[in-house]
Amino acid sequence: MIDRTLKQLAQALSAKEISSVELARLYLDRIDRIDPRIKAYITVDREKTLAQAAAADARRAAGEAGPLTGIPLAQKDIFCAEGWRTTCGSKMLGNFVCPYDAAVIERFNAAGAVMLGKTNMDEFAMGSSTETSYFGVTRNPWDVGRVPGGSSGGSAAAVAARLAPAATGTDTGGSIRQPAALCNLTGIKPTYGVVSRYGMIAYASSLDQGGPMARTAEDCALLLKVMAGFDARDSTSLERPAEDYARDLEKPLAGLKIGLPKEFFGEGGEGCDAGVMRRIEEALAEYRRLGAQTVEVGLPSMKLAIPAYYVIASAEASSNLARYDGVRYGYRAPEYDDIIDMYMKTRAQGFGEEVKRRILIGTYVLSHGYYDAYYLQAQRIRRLIAGDFAEAFKRCDLIMGPTSPTTAFRIGERVSDPVRMYLSDIYTIAVNLAGLPAMSMPAGFAEGLPVGLQVIGDYFAEAKLLNAAHRYQQATDWHLRRPTIG
Amino acid sequence: MNWEIVIGLETHAHLATRSKIFSGSSTAFGAEPNAQANAVDLALPGVLPVLNRAAVECAIRFGLAVEGRVARKSVFARKNYFYPDLPKAYQISQYELPVVVGGGVAISLGKTEKAGEEAMEKTIRLTRAHLEEDAGKSLHEDFRGKSGIDLNRAGTPLLEIVSEPDMRSSAEAVAYARALHTLVRWIGVSDGNLQEGSFRCDANVSVRPAGQREFGTRREIKNLNSFRFLQQAIDYEAQWQIATLEDGGRIEQATVLFDPGTGETRAMRTKEDAHDYRYFPDPDLLPLIIDDEWIERARAAMPELPEPRRRRFIDEYGLSAYDAATLTSSLEVADYFEAAVAAAGGSAAKPCANWVMGDLAARLNREDRALAESPVSAAQLGGLVARIVDGTLSNNIAKQVFEALWNGEGGNHPKAADEIIEKRGLKQITDAGAIDALLDQVLAANPSMVAEFKAGREKAFNALVGQAMKAARGKANPQQLNARLREKLER
Repeated sequence: MIDRTLKQLAQALSAKEISSVELARLYLDRIDRIDPRIKAYITVDREKTLAQAAAADARRAAGEAGPLTGIPLAQKDIFCAEGWRTTCGSKMLGNFVCPYDAAVIERFNAAGAVMLGKTNMDEFAMGSSTETSYFGVTRNPWDVGRVPGGSSGGSAAAVAARLAPAATGTDTGGSIRQPAALCNLTGIKPTYGVVSRYGMIAYASSLDQGGPMARTAEDCALLLKVMAGFDARDSTSLERPAEDYARDLEKPLAGLKIGLPKEFFGEGGEGCDAGVMRRIEEALAEYRRLGAQTVEVGLPSMKLAIPAYYVIASAEASSNLARYDGVRYGYRAPEYDDIIDMYMKTRAQGFGEEVKRRILIGTYVLSHGYYDAYYLQAQRIRRLIAGDFAEAFKRCDLIMGPTSPTTAFRIGERVSDPVRMYLSDIYTIAVNLAGLPAMSMPAGFAEGLPVGLQVIGDYFAEAKLLNAAHRYQQATDWHLRRPTIG
Repeated sequence: MNWEIVIGLETHAHLATRSKIFSGSSTAFGAEPNAQANAVDLALPGVLPVLNRAAVECAIRFGLAVEGRVARKSVFARKNYFYPDLPKAYQISQYELPVVVGGGVAISLGKTEKAGEEAMEKTIRLTRAHLEEDAGKSLHEDFRGKSGIDLNRAGTPLLEIVSEPDMRSSAEAVAYARALHTLVRWIGVSDGNLQEGSFRCDANVSVRPAGQREFGTRREIKNLNSFRFLQQAIDYEAQWQIATLEDGGRIEQATVLFDPGTGETRAMRTKEDAHDYRYFPDPDLLPLIIDDEWIERARAAMPELPEPRRRRFIDEYGLSAYDAATLTSSLEVADYFEAAVAAAGGSAAKPCANWVMGDLAARLNREDRALAESPVSAAQLGGLVARIVDGTLSNNIAKQVFEALWNGEGGNHPKAADEIIEKRGLKQITDAGAIDALLDQVLAANPSMVAEFKAGREKAFNALVGQAMKAARGKANPQQLNARLREKLER
């Protein structure tokens, strides 16, 4: 049962092979047994989950079941859920029980999905390893001495270890794709504006985007259909007709033009591990066998993506996180002299090092006299990068390359070297700056650790991305491999 | 030395929208603390702002009213600072690209002071007007040494209207603030309620030797919520700056507070500890795009503005500048006046003006009522004035009829005055035969008075008039009565 895809689980539920309650219990028991070794979850609430599962069973009995009714899912602890502790991986929100549902949670609830729990993440989604979480490090099920990636590392580890059949993530600079790559999953970050950010705790508003993490492209299509949609409560949400993201899954790839940015390959390999690159080349060979052609494209401004990202994301974060001031909710320092002292102690004690680092960077780049040199300059780079992609997509349908320059690294290895940690996202960050959709999918292993292939599409090309991933997954079985844990 | 005072005002007007600028909470004043603060107003994790188009509509109307440029594209920015009643720790405002640029407000000094005084007219230029949200309130009483936070006001839409430093006296500043106050209420974008803080001014004040071109260093007086305080604060501040400079001191740029108790201003913070607000475009909100169609729709819905209406009252009705200014002090007064004229007939404009500014205003004032609560409608007052103009009523009898109207006699019927005149038999006697008969009777009954008059005692004439009026129960036309009596006596 635990190796089944969402589609197969839905069939099992409708065939009465298993009930939602039994399925939820199966996963909850596995979480009890295995998660102490993985630490994928921050919060599990058996009672709430089983009540939801029972309601899903009742709904099915009443003949009102949809494709996700009764399916258990793990939710990244960045999504607000009514009555659930919602921490965002921070001590600051360690005691925060949310009074409302995020749009994404509302949509899953309406579909009858069952929430297994809230997964661990880098604090406020700032990190690439889940090591900045206040709630401890999540371990990579492929090697518990290694990180699962981040920031959606808890979700990735949960799905990889079969502690959930699928999960949600959010991606600001690679936070869905990089952990998907490091844990052998399929994950998609949609076009900015496709999934509502309402109730998704903000890190960098102009970059944040929610998306699914699952084992197959087909499951991602199913989940994305539920998550996507216009929401008037998010002014950056796009008003577009509903889409069936699975509509093109089976479409043959003959004639598909795949762009290979020279900045990802060859001269600008940017320290990509040879083992990773070999798997990527093999995956591209597979695509050629499936009828696709490859063409070289250029993304000349790519090299500026990381600095531009850290300016923009930090600037927005410094302002987004200012509301955590100890006045209305969340953590407040136990002792203080006056209001200023209360602010300082609360924020000094409530935030971790990485969050404080980015708040400082963000505050600095927005300061009088530095704004033009940093923030405005970064916005210009952002436009250049979007222009590069627009040029590239004149010559190809999709862009492919590695998701991460390395496989999963050792816990603790990069914590004290932020710049090296930031380089983990070198291939993913530009996509967020341009607002494009992109995904990562399993492409084999290097020294026993998963390697992810990144596929980038033009705006609203989600169905095309999923089509390319699905056809590849029909021809390969990398995505079916699972770690030997539990 | 002769000093020139230079003043610019920043005015915050609460916009008259039903819900807040970025959330669906009500903006009604006076609710229980935090009863009107939802998840967005509390700045819970994950919430997002959604712009209320009604607030934008207000800004467009204002832009059209001051003949400024309504920006086709403006941008909301975050103004970052920590304060307990600022829930997000940033205020959403507009910075580099405001919704209204330029424009002006005409003021005239003297016209509201007293009738007949020559008015000095001047236009105060506006720099800009931008949309932003208000903060909540900190409550410092009743919390045993702690402070309470009320977020009902947080997120109330504000239009911040920034003038050029075009004013040269506190009187000009007050005239500008009043004109602006009239204007925002006139076009319905703000209720302008000063007590509730719906209309507040910050005054930037500097002084310079007369004839000097460069401005002096300014200090900003914060949060003045009455015209009297505005005047007092500027007067005190300007005198303080002049005295300081004459003593050889220097003015330091600062933010100051006015204490209405002492009538003094004192520095709150100087330039050194000024905030760096780290403005940047709010990534949660798209640029505000206003197309021509939206502007034209707003333009079509605009009422005639106070200035053109004031000029029209002078041209069309022949009113004095003073009357025209008084009758355009609010949209309600102007509409009431014109509705009364419409009922009374165009030639009755002047008596209508007199009644609205005189008897009606006095009566409303005495009972502390607003014009909207007047028991006498404009049509009824016009109907009454019509009967004065056509000679049916003398002014004195008309006052009786007005009193009856005020007390609800005749209900809300527009022709109530005629009904009262009819019912009470108050119609003036203008028939020459009837007046002659009346006088003949009085002359016959008072031979001694007639004799006194003929002996040269003019006082006897008035006594006879009194007798005749008494016999007519006050209804005889006084001019006719006088004329006929004199003719009869001197014949």
